[in-house]
Amino acid sequence: MTEAQRLESVDILVNMGPQHPSTHGVFRMVLWVDGERIVDCDPHIGYLHRGSEKLSEGELYSQIITLFDRMDYIGNFNTELAFVGAVEKMMALTVPERAEYIRVILCELNRISSHMLFYGTMGLDAGAMTPIMYGFRERERIQNLFEAVTGARMMHNYFRIGGLREEPPDDFVARVRGVLPAIEQGIEEGDRLLTYNEVFLARSRGIGVISGQEALDYGLTGPSLRASGIPDDIRAVEPYSVYDRFDFDIPVGETGDTWDRYAMRVEEMRQSVKIVKQALDQMPETGPIKAQVRGIPRPPKGEAYFRAENPRGEIGVYLVSDGGDKPYRLKVRPPSFANLQALRPMLRNTYVADAVMVLGSLDIVLGEVDR
Amino acid sequence: MFSTLKGMLVTLSTTLRKPVTAQYPKQHLPLQERQWGFPALTWDGDVGEPYCVGCMVCVRMCPTQCMSGEMIDNPLHAEGKSTRRKIIGEFEINLGRCILCGICVEVCNFDAIEMSHEHEISHYQRNGRRTDLPLLLEMGKKFQRESNWLPPTKKKAAVAAAAKAAAAPAVEAGAEGEAATAEESSEKEAEA
Ligand code: SF4
Ligand code: SF4
Repeated sequence: MTEAQRLESVDILVNMGPQHPSTHGVFRMVLWVDGERIVDCDPHIGYLHRGSEKLSEGELYSQIITLFDRMDYIGNFNTELAFVGAVEKMMALTVPERAEYIRVILCELNRISSHMLFYGTMGLDAGAMTPIMYGFRERERIQNLFEAVTGARMMHNYFRIGGLREEPPDDFVARVRGVLPAIEQGIEEGDRLLTYNEVFLARSRGIGVISGQEALDYGLTGPSLRASGIPDDIRAVEPYSVYDRFDFDIPVGETGDTWDRYAMRVEEMRQSVKIVKQALDQMPETGPIKAQVRGIPRPPKGEAYFRAENPRGEIGVYLVSDGGDKPYRLKVRPPSFANLQALRPMLRNTYVADAVMVLGSLDIVLGEVDR
Repeated sequence: MFSTLKGMLVTLSTTLRKPVTAQYPKQHLPLQERQWGFPALTWDGDVGEPYCVGCMVCVRMCPTQCMSGEMIDNPLHAEGKSTRRKIIGEFEINLGRCILCGICVEVCNFDAIEMSHEHEISHYQRNGRRTDLPLLLEMGKKFQRESNWLPPTKKKAAVAAAAKAAAAPAVEAGAEGEAATAEESSEKEAEA
C-alpha cells in the first residue's frame, strides 16, 4: 500500500505549458502527479506545426532549403546539409572539396552555438542565472561570423544543391581562426562555472535516468543516446561529407542521467573545435564551390535517404522524386521528435521540480518536433 | 564546495572585464558587410531608371509569393536614351511576408534587386509593409550609396578578368562559369 493509497489522496493532472516559461518552446506536458511525485506524463505537441513536409511537395528544390532552415532553427546549417545531401545523393553529384570543407566548418560552428544555447538554458532550468550570459556571449561570436559569411544570423539559406551559394568573404579563414581561441576559452570558463557546481550536481545527478538498451528502444540519438553509453555518432559510423578525414572522439556517458546528457554536450563542443581546426588546415585555398547544376535541378526518378548528425541527433531526409522539379514526397526523421518519446519513462518517479531539468536535458527544438 | 568557489572565481574575473552587452535600441552594433536586410530595387544612375526590366523571374521564384510586378514598354528606350526595351511599371513586395531568403537576388539576371541593409521596419498593421516601387527604389538608392555598390555581374567580370590575367588555368574556370550562367538563363527563359 503506497502512501497515497493509505491517505486516500487522489492523483491530480497538472498542465505544464504551452506558455510555461521553461518548456523550451510551445510544448505542453500533462503531468499526472501524486503529491510532488510524477506518476505519468503525457507530452502534447503540434503547436508549431507548419506542415513543412507537405509544403515541400509544392516547392522547387531550391526553395525547400528555406523550409529546412526553419525546421531546426538552432542548427540551421546542419539541417540544410541533411536536405542538400539527400538531393545530391539522388543526383549522384560530387560536391567540390572546398565547398565540403566550408560546410563542415560551418556545421561544426553551428553545433557549438547550438550547444552554447543548451548550456545556458540548462543553467536557467537548474536555477542558475549566470550561465546563459556566458553561453550567449560565445554564441554571439559565432552568429556574427555566420552573418559575415551568409548575410543572415539564423536563416542562412547558404547551402545549395551541389555546393554553396557564394564564396565566403576573403577573410573567412582568418576570422574563424580568430574566434576559435575565444570560444575555447568560453567553453572552459563555462565548464568551470557550472559542470561540477554542487547545487547543479545535486539537481541533475541520478535524475531522469535512461539505460542504454531503453534509449535504443526509444530511438534516442545524438548526445542523449551517447549519454547512456552507446557510442553512436553518424559522423563516425557512417561518415558523410568529409567527416571521415578528421580525427575526433565521441564522448560517451556512463549512467544516462541528466548530468551525463549535459556533460556530453560540453565535451562535444571541444570536439567540434578540434574538427574545425583540422578542417581549416586541410581546406584547399582556392577552387570551385559549386558543382555544375542546372538552375532548376530535376533529380532523376527514384528515392534516397540521407542521414546526418544534427546537434540534437540523427536527422534523416527521405526523398522520393518523380523526375520533376518538385519532390514527390519528402519525409524528415527529426531528432528531437524521437528524443521526446523518451521523456515519459525519464520523468516517471521524479519530482515536479525536476521535470523542467529533464526536458531541458533533451535539448528539443519544437520547430523540428512539429515541423 | 570547492567547485562552487571555482565558479565564483569565474564570475569574479569577468566583473573586471569590459561588458560585451550592447543596449540595442540606444546602441547599434556595426552591420556586417553582407548583412541581409529586406530586398530593394537598385537604381541605374547613369541612365536614370531602375535596373529592373520586369522579367518576373524573381516573382515566380519567391517561396512566399510576396512579390508582384508589371512590365511596361520603356519610354526612355523610345527616345534612344536607354538600352532597356522593357522596364518595370509597377512593383510591390509585401515585406511583412518576405522571409529574407535572398532567392530573388540570386535569380535576378539584371543586377536589379539587392538585399539592402534595411531591417528595422516593423509596422502595426499586418499588411502595413506592402512596399511599392518608389519606396523600394529609395531603399535601394540608400543601400547603393552606403555600400559603394557595384553591379554584381560587373564585379564578377572584373574578378574573372583579374583571374585571366593571373594564370591560364583560371581562364577555363571563368569560361565554365559563363557557360553555367548561360545555361541557367536559357533555362529560365524556357520556363517562362
Ligand atoms: S528578376 Fe530582376 S529584373 Fe526580373 S523582375 Fe525581378 S528584379 Fe526585376
Ligand atoms: S527575399 Fe525571398 S521571400 Fe523576400 S522577396 Fe526575395 S524571394 Fe521573396
